[in-house]
Amino acid sequence: MLLTIDNLHTTFSTHRGTVHAVNGLSLSVAPGETLGIVGESGSGKSVTCYSALGLLPPTATTTGHAWFNGVDMLNCSAADRRRQLGNRIAMIFQDPMTSLNPYLRVGDQLIEPLRLHREISKPDAEARAVEALRETGIHDAERRLRQYPHEFSGGMQQRVMIAMALITEPDLLIADEPTTALDVTVQAQILALIRNLQATRDMGVVFITHDLGIVAGMCDRVAVMYAGRIVETGPTTALFKTPRHPYTVGLQQSLPANQQHGSHLYTIPGNPPDMTEQISGCPFLPRCARAATECGSASMHLEPAGKDQWTTCIREQPP
Amino acid sequence: MDKIDKSTSLWSDALRRLCRNRLALFGAVFLLLIVLFSVFAPWLTQYEYFEQDLVLGAIGPCREHWFGTDTLGRDLFTRVSYGGRISLLVGACATSVSLTIGVLWGTISGYFGGHIDRVMMRIVDIMYALPFTIFVILLMVCFDDVEVRWIDPQLFTLLLLFMAIGAVEWLTMARIVRGQVLTLKQQAFIEAAVTLGLSRRRIILRHLVPNVLGPIIIYTTLTIPSVMLLEAFLSFLGLGVQPPMSSWGLLINEGADAMEEYPWMLIFPGLFLSAALFALNFLGDGLRDALDPKSTGEP
Repeated sequence: MLLTIDNLHTTFSTHRGTVHAVNGLSLSVAPGETLGIVGESGSGKSVTCYSALGLLPPTATTTGHAWFNGVDMLNCSAADRRRQLGNRIAMIFQDPMTSLNPYLRVGDQLIEPLRLHREISKPDAEARAVEALRETGIHDAERRLRQYPHEFSGGMQQRVMIAMALITEPDLLIADEPTTALDVTVQAQILALIRNLQATRDMGVVFITHDLGIVAGMCDRVAVMYAGRIVETGPTTALFKTPRHPYTVGLQQSLPANQQHGSHLYTIPGNPPDMTEQISGCPFLPRCARAATECGSASMHLEPAGKDQWTTCIREQPP
Repeated sequence: MDKIDKSTSLWSDALRRLCRNRLALFGAVFLLLIVLFSVFAPWLTQYEYFEQDLVLGAIGPCREHWFGTDTLGRDLFTRVSYGGRISLLVGACATSVSLTIGVLWGTISGYFGGHIDRVMMRIVDIMYALPFTIFVILLMVCFDDVEVRWIDPQLFTLLLLFMAIGAVEWLTMARIVRGQVLTLKQQAFIEAAVTLGLSRRRIILRHLVPNVLGPIIIYTTLTIPSVMLLEAFLSFLGLGVQPPMSSWGLLINEGADAMEEYPWMLIFPGLFLSAALFALNFLGDGLRDALDPKSTGEP
C-alpha cells in the first residue's frame, strides 16, 4: 500500500467546544489507484487528508497513524514530513486563482519544489518546468513561465498547479475538489488531464469531491464519508450499482439526473449532526428512513457487505 | 541561493517598472541631488557652519550669502547643507531601525498567532502607552554619563537619538504588518507553500514578505517625514542635536521664531525639508506600483 491511514482521530478545540471532525477513520490507497472521497460539506473529507499529512494548525489534535512509504506522517519530525511533502506527496486545491503567489513569476513557483527537493541547477529546473507545462497542455511554455499568475485564466492556473504538483513525479497526488471553481468545459479538460498524467506515471490519487459524477468517471474505489467517518467503501461500479448504506442511497437519489423531469428535487431529510457532540451509534440515525432501535448502539465498524463492499450500516451487514 | 533567485525576478522587474514611471524617477533623482548637496557640504561653501559674524547680524540673501545669514551671522546656505546631513541620516537610520524591528515583529506575531501573537502585541500596546518624551529623556539621561571611548561623544548622542526614535516608530509598523500577515496567511497560496514542504523561514521570506511590501513601503514613506520632525522636536527640547550643529528641524525652529523679521531663515530650510519629503513620496508611490506585478508601469 502507498498510503495507509489507521484509526485517525482529529478534534478542534473551538469556543463552542470540541469539534470531532474525524472519528476513527482508516483507509488505504494502492499505487496507481484512484480513491474518491465523497460526502457533504463538513463531513471531514478535506480534514482527513490535511490531518493525515500533518498540515493542520496547532488548534487541531490528531491521533492515529498515516503510513506513507514507510514514514508515519503523523508521528515523525517536521523535517521528515517536509521531505515527503511536495516531493513524494503533492496536492492540488479547490481555487487555483488564490493558490499561486501573485508576486512570483509562474516559472519561479513552478521550479520551487524541484529546487527544494532535488539537487538541480536553475537552468535544468527551468527546462523541466517547460516540459511540465507542455505536458499539462499549455502552449508557448517558455513565454508563459516569465508571466505572473494574474496573466493566466482560472483553468490555466489549475494546469500550472497540476504541473507544479507533478514536477517532482510524486507517488501520491491529493486533489482537493480541483474543479469546483472551474466551469464545466474546463472541468472536463482538467479531469482528463489528471487521468492521463496518472496513467503515464502509475501514481496513486486521492480525489476529494462532493460531485458523484466526477467520482463515477475518475475513481477506481470510493469512500463515502459522513460525520467524520467512512460509512461505506467499495469499487466504484459496485458501489453505484448496489449502494449499501442509506446515506449513499440518499446521495445518489439527490442527483438531478436520477430524478423525474418536473418533480421536486430529492433531498435527504434533516441536517448533518452537530460535530461538537460525541455521537454514539450511527450518526445518520436521525435522517435514516430505515432506522431501527439497535442503530443507536451500532459499533460503526466497516463490515463486508457484498463483494468487496464494506459498510457501517448494521442493517446491511450479514448477522 | 534563494535570495539570488528572488532578486533576479522580483527586484529586477520592479526596477524596470520603476524606470518607466517618470514621476518616481524624478523623485529619485531629486532626492539624490539633495543627498549630494548635503554630503558634499564642505566643498560647496567657503564658510563653516559654526562661523559667526556678529557684525553682520541677520542679512537677507545676497551674493556672499545665497540664503542669507541667521541672527548670529552664520551663513544659512552652509547650515542648511550641513543640517541636511543630520536630517537625512536620522530619516534613513531611524526608519531602517523601525522598518527592521517592525516588519520582523509584525510578521512573526501574525504568522505564528496564538500565545506568541498575544504576548508580542501586548508588548507593543505597553510601549504605545509609554509617553514618548519621557521614554527618550530616560534613555538620554541613562546614557549621558556613560564614558564612550570608541566613538565620538557627539556621534554617540546622535546614535542614541536614532535608536530612541526608531524604537518608538516601529510600533505602528508592527501593527500594520501583523494585520496584513493575518489576512495573507489564510490565502491558499500560503497553504500550498506548506504542502510543498517549504520551511517556515522560506515561507515567510519568499511568500509572505513580498506580499506585504506595498503597505510597508507606503508606511515607510510616511515614517521618514515624521522621524525628521521628531528629531526637530527633540532638538528643540534640547535632547537631540545641539547648536552650533544644525539640522533642518532645528533650523526651522529657529526660523519660526524669527519669521516676522527674517523670513528667509524659515523659508530655505523649510523648502528643503518639504522638497525632500515630496520627492520621497513620489518615489514611495512609484516603488509600491513597481513592486505590484499587476500594475502596468504607467502612473
